[in-house]
Amino acid sequence: MRGRLFRDFSLFSATLAFFLLVGIFAVLFTYAQESLHTFGFDFLYTEIWEPGEDDEGGIFGGYIPILGTLMSTLIAMILATPIAMGIAIFLTEIAHAKIVKPFSIAIELLAAIPSIIYGMWGLFYFAPIVQSLFGGNGVGLLTAGIVLAIMVIPFMAAITRDSMNTTPDVLKESAYAIGATKFEVIKDVVMPYSKGGIIGSIILSLGRALGETMAVAFLIGSVMTLPGKITDPTTSIPVLLANNFAEAQDLEMSSMYYLALILFLVSFIVIALAKFYFLGRKKY
Amino acid sequence: MAKNELKKVMEVKNLFFTYPGAPEPTLKDNNLSIYENKITALIGPSGCGKSTLLRAMNRIHDLYPGFKYEGEINLFSRQSEKMENILELRKENELIGLRQRIGMIFQKPTPFPMSIYDNVAYGLRLQGIKNKGELDGMVEEALKGAAIWKEAKDRLKESAMGMSGGQQQRLCIARSVALKPEILLFDEPTSALDPISTGAIEELISELKKEITIAIVTHNMQQASRLSDYTTFMYLGDIVEFGETEKIFLNPEEKLTEDYITGRFG
Ligand SMILES: Nc1ncnc2c1ncn2[C@@H]1O[C@H](COP(=O)(O)OP(=O)(O)OP(=O)(O)O)[C@@H](O)[C@H]1O
Ligand SMILES: [Mg+2]
Repeated sequence: MRGRLFRDFSLFSATLAFFLLVGIFAVLFTYAQESLHTFGFDFLYTEIWEPGEDDEGGIFGGYIPILGTLMSTLIAMILATPIAMGIAIFLTEIAHAKIVKPFSIAIELLAAIPSIIYGMWGLFYFAPIVQSLFGGNGVGLLTAGIVLAIMVIPFMAAITRDSMNTTPDVLKESAYAIGATKFEVIKDVVMPYSKGGIIGSIILSLGRALGETMAVAFLIGSVMTLPGKITDPTTSIPVLLANNFAEAQDLEMSSMYYLALILFLVSFIVIALAKFYFLGRKKY
Repeated sequence: MAKNELKKVMEVKNLFFTYPGAPEPTLKDNNLSIYENKITALIGPSGCGKSTLLRAMNRIHDLYPGFKYEGEINLFSRQSEKMENILELRKENELIGLRQRIGMIFQKPTPFPMSIYDNVAYGLRLQGIKNKGELDGMVEEALKGAAIWKEAKDRLKESAMGMSGGQQQRLCIARSVALKPEILLFDEPTSALDPISTGAIEELISELKKEITIAIVTHNMQQASRLSDYTTFMYLGDIVEFGETEKIFLNPEEKLTEDYITGRFG
């Protein structure tokens, strides 16, 4: 009896998740219609975002925010992945038991800090450092990317650590017992064993970085210009949406739904691809 | 007398072992010898220190900090009369060398998350053998040596995780055998297996002793008496009695040994 109830409930929840997904897609798609009809796929590589006179018509293109989103996420992931792996390996395999606990708590606390705080800290403290090191005026793609990386590192490290911790001791011992070094045990046993969890943590972090609004809004510059160098300011999809949503009308509003739809699809495709590519090959 | 021809490969002398944080040693003044190409069984009630003793023999305890060894575990060289106290090894590469000479098989099969072939080739690659032909030959030899070649030869590229428990255990034995160790340590290698797989592993172990010296922890008295040449009975961290299996089982000197073997306590 209980079993049935539980089964029905999980079935219900699972269906709900599916319908939510479809529902969100349907809403975005419907509201984006006007822009879709007006600009079609040209939207993807148009660099202009200009409302017309009296809020009538205008030309809207998503190239700059799309590029900004992808670039800042790419920078963040390139920086975050190796560092997060390093932290997780350090905590599970290298660090002395005494320092693992405080270190782990610190990481978990960092992962729980709201992103707006990373944004403010990044702007006041970090942007000047980036400016003095790499030039530019402090805000821009690079600053946003680095702070995004700092933001997702604790998150990624915590999940990766948890999945590495599931590697059974005997499995590691068996590798040591045939003469593996610590490094070899990590590389050949711990990493492959926890591959699913590691990929999962990267995907989740990627999703977070793609959709991150507050931290990026402070740091990317929020200007509708194409970045010539990595330190130049630009904008991203979530930032543009958050900044313009209040005033936008008709076609601009519809174009923003178009952008939202693109972000939705990009996140969806990235995650689906990663899932199928890595987890689909569950041979080992 | 045949006894004089026996060659010691390992000699445990006045060994004490203390786990981190434990108030007193888990192993107390242990003494025993392990003879070449013989099977030595370690028996005793749960918690008496069998695994602890076995794990001292390849210094696998060293993976976890804070333990303490006292005494000697002398390992004799295969060729000469030379011996070394393995408790004096300090460097990581010395311990790696030791573990290549003294392999270990665990209670639960522990195949690596790789293909069957790579499981066996792994240890060989760690030793620096890269040549494909050479590896192929050695993998085949090891799989044959561990009586798993017939079942494995058509699925070498497949994951080892897809094998049955008994097959996995023989694969793990092949993985160790591939390194041509001098000693193999088994910690209850059949206690997670069905009777048929157990039979296969026991047969394999008797076969292996032609080449390799064996120490095996077991809870199964029949297994110990069927398989081993020497038996060590342990109780509460002490070695109560060590001697030829026949003698220990038929005519033990200690009352405690007799009680344990006849199942009067457990
Ligand atoms: N990592 C550890 N830290 C502290 N004490 C331990 C540790 N491992 C084992 N012990 C203790 O050491 C004693 C001997 O344990 P050991 O595992 O060697 O027994 P065993 O004879 O192998 O038992 P079993 O037959 O149940 O496997 C036990 O009292 C156990 O509680
Ligand atoms: Mg044990």
